[in-house]
Amino acid sequence: MKDQRQHHPPSWALQFVEWYCKPGLVEDLTGDLHECFERNVQLHGPRRAKLIYIIDAFKFFRSYTVRRSIFVNLFMNRIMIGSYVKTSGRNIMRNKLFSFINILGLAISMSVGLLLIAFLLDLRSYDRFHKNGERIYRITNILTSNSEENGKFGSTSIKTGKLIREKVAGIEQVTTMRSDFSGDAKVGDNTVPIKGYWAEPSLFHLFTFPMVEGNPETALKDPYSIVLTETAARKLFGNQAALGKALKIDTLVYQVTGIMKDIPFFSHISFEALVSLSTAEQTNKGDKSFDAWTNMWSNYVYVMPSKNADMAAIRSQLNTLSTEENLAEENDKIQLELLPLYNIVVGESLQQSEGGPGFVGPHMSPVLLWILGGLAFIVILSACFNYTNLSIARAMRRVKEIGLRKAIGAGNSQVRLQFLAEAIMISLASLLLSFLLFLILRPLLINMAPEMQRTVQLSLTPAMVAVFILFSVAVGIIAGFIPAIFFSKISPINAFGNISSMRMFKHLTLRRTLVVVQYTVTLIFITTTAVGYVQYKNILAFDLGFNTTNILNIDMKDNKPDAMLKELSEMPEVTALSRSLITTGVGNAWGGNMKYKDSRDSVLVMTNHVDENYLPLHDYKLLAGGNFIARPATAEAVGEVIVNQQVLKRFNIGANNPGKAIGEQVTLNGRNLTIVGVMQDFHYGKVENLMGPVAFTFWTPDDRAIISVKIRSTDMPATMARIGSIWKKIDRVHPFSAEFYDEEIEDAYSEFSTMIKIIGFLSFLAISIASMGLFGMVVFTTETRLKEIGIRKVMGASIGNLIYLLSRGFLFLLSVSALIALPVTYIFFQTVVLPNFPYHTPVQITELFVGLLGVLLIAFIMIGSQTWKAARSNPVAVLKNE
Amino acid sequence: MKGTNLGEFEELVLLTVAALINEAYSVAICDELSNHTGRSVKLGVVHAVLNRLEEKGLVKSELGEATQARGGKRKRFYELTMQGKAALVNAKAMRDQLWARIPSLVWKNT
Repeated sequence: MKDQRQHHPPSWALQFVEWYCKPGLVEDLTGDLHECFERNVQLHGPRRAKLIYIIDAFKFFRSYTVRRSIFVNLFMNRIMIGSYVKTSGRNIMRNKLFSFINILGLAISMSVGLLLIAFLLDLRSYDRFHKNGERIYRITNILTSNSEENGKFGSTSIKTGKLIREKVAGIEQVTTMRSDFSGDAKVGDNTVPIKGYWAEPSLFHLFTFPMVEGNPETALKDPYSIVLTETAARKLFGNQAALGKALKIDTLVYQVTGIMKDIPFFSHISFEALVSLSTAEQTNKGDKSFDAWTNMWSNYVYVMPSKNADMAAIRSQLNTLSTEENLAEENDKIQLELLPLYNIVVGESLQQSEGGPGFVGPHMSPVLLWILGGLAFIVILSACFNYTNLSIARAMRRVKEIGLRKAIGAGNSQVRLQFLAEAIMISLASLLLSFLLFLILRPLLINMAPEMQRTVQLSLTPAMVAVFILFSVAVGIIAGFIPAIFFSKISPINAFGNISSMRMFKHLTLRRTLVVVQYTVTLIFITTTAVGYVQYKNILAFDLGFNTTNILNIDMKDNKPDAMLKELSEMPEVTALSRSLITTGVGNAWGGNMKYKDSRDSVLVMTNHVDENYLPLHDYKLLAGGNFIARPATAEAVGEVIVNQQVLKRFNIGANNPGKAIGEQVTLNGRNLTIVGVMQDFHYGKVENLMGPVAFTFWTPDDRAIISVKIRSTDMPATMARIGSIWKKIDRVHPFSAEFYDEEIEDAYSEFSTMIKIIGFLSFLAISIASMGLFGMVVFTTETRLKEIGIRKVMGASIGNLIYLLSRGFLFLLSVSALIALPVTYIFFQTVVLPNFPYHTPVQITELFVGLLGVLLIAFIMIGSQTWKAARSNPVAVLKNE
Repeated sequence: MKGTNLGEFEELVLLTVAALINEAYSVAICDELSNHTGRSVKLGVVHAVLNRLEEKGLVKSELGEATQARGGKRKRFYELTMQGKAALVNAKAMRDQLWARIPSLVWKNT
């Protein structure tokens, strides 16, 4: 009973009834509604009850309940709206320049809003195609190792799935997906690389992935079963039926047991094939760690609680379950959490397992969306300010009209409505223009970054169009709000009396404030762009501690590198070659546990497997010792390691003296290694990470290979084409994937360049909008002061004097904004952004002032040209007509 | 004489008001009607009818005490007026007369 007390009928519906209902009837009517509502809460639940309440509230809107005055008002307004549209239209046509500034400014700023709306709607439509989507959750693992919080992971262990199925009550379906099933599928002569997951039969119960052929109940049951998407099946088998056929991946033969529809674009999971999880269980039979509790790096467990399940009970069961399992673990403690399916794409950021297989689905953090939304809002607001400013500045010309309207009986609310209607008309007109801009900008936005292409389509839907229109009406209301309030307050007596006595002197402050705010925002935008760009360039040019110029990194996929190396070494342009496991300095990582003398003190060090040519090719600086001496052919035979200074510092090897560290023994992942060289510290991770301990061991043929090629060539495209044709000889299936080291570094920081592009674009818009607004204001003030200028000229004022007189006020406003904007940007970068980058260069004065100069220059041209024109006007022409 | 004639639903509502005596307010009337007639009766319709009956002077109403159950809102209780009673009696008498005129033979043949 207590629980139901908390439900209240929707207050707006109640207010609606109270608004329209006759005072005599309102009490028992709302009482009746309330009584029915409480009954419906019991019968149908609070949601239905609220809906019924709202419907009833509208149903009671009848001739006998409604107050007379409301009918009259509604009727009047319907007539008047026609008149408002007409006068607004005339007004828009009469002041072409102001209408143009307003419409163009709003259109430009609204196009940003439209893009953002389309973007948000796309993100919101992720995973909505699952019928039971509301009930689906993914298990999140919170890992604490050695009582140090390691963060949240979207992945979990296979054991988790099993335990939940066995022990947790109230769960209808559980399914485990194991990531990174990939290989080359062979059918006859046809070889196609395929990617997917190991999955369980329950997947088809939980998710809505329709099967075209085959039985969803059994398709993923037996080992060596594979389910293909329609596209994958077509690639492999052409137009022939695929069901029941066999295909070979690596050395194993799989049977096609099902064909399913292609995965929709807006799905956070995407794959070409599913292989039964029992296959993975078979192939990993001997491996104890396969379903260990702490092996949580590449499996995803999705659960679907039964309808009306008690989520609190399920959560506490999960807690008990993890507590039990954690008892057996020494170092790693894992907590389980539920993440709703709809919060996977837009939700908190989860960690990727480092070095392990990635689950790089689309993801967008709400914080970033809020920032983007905030920036777009600021730009839109700036355009609204233009409207507000220009309307109020022109108020004098319309005071008589309003006075007349009021004198013949218009109320304040009607004047307000009139000005809102005008603003909304302008904003709807700009919606048309901004929609065109939206169509132009859309491909640019999508192609800005590869992640964008994978995440959104931005295609038009009816819902989107409806939101666009609502949005433009909202913008109109925001823009027209202040003018509407302002005009509705004008009293008819003043309007016909001496206008100058009631002039907008009070509102001058408002207008000045708006201009200052506008320019402050613009300046912040543009200086942020400038500073951000310089910082970004600094990151790219940053000395990582090794050389990256003219080095091409070729990913060998699963091929042995020997043949490729031989071919490459015969090319004259190639000056050096080396092999390594991964490319460092771009965010890749491969870790291992290192111990020194104290067997309890283990440290995570970043590693790479490199061959003897790697260090000289990349110009790593050795402080002591030398390159690898032995050339072991198997991983077991590796006995040497080259470490960086951080390792010495961490373990205090040889009292931090590189020379003394040579010959010391360390263990890495349980293997004893001798230090043969000490490198100077360098950036293994990205520039924003601190330099940590790194160890290089020798590359052996079992490892994956990345070939680094140092090239000296005058004709790069030809050289690249030659290398590409060599690749074709070695691997016909996989596309050639090679990239220059410098470009890889650029890609690694692409999020920064994307961010800078976005802010740069917004600042461009902000400048254009603010400049247009300023232009309008200058035109207006010079126009109203033409006579004054004429008289001053007659009295002997020079053009220089006049320009100074006219532009003085604006220059003052601009300097105020500069005084606010520059320190704010500077402090923002120094205290918020740059502390995230331990190796940053400080913000320079030049970057701060470049933007300011640009904005000022544009403003000067705007002000100067208009005041120049006014100052040069012939006093005779201005003064003669009165 | 449109004003004094009772519609079918109006008659039902009027009868219910009479039957409920001191408990005759809109929601109760609505429930009672649904129970006895077996059709789903909408609150809005009952409200409108009560309002019309009051305009015709067949019922009169006054607000009762505030109760907690209705969000602190008072109920409007309805009561038959003399005219209302007369109208009901009138309607019944008219029907009885008509019934009495049907010869019993009619029923047997069908």
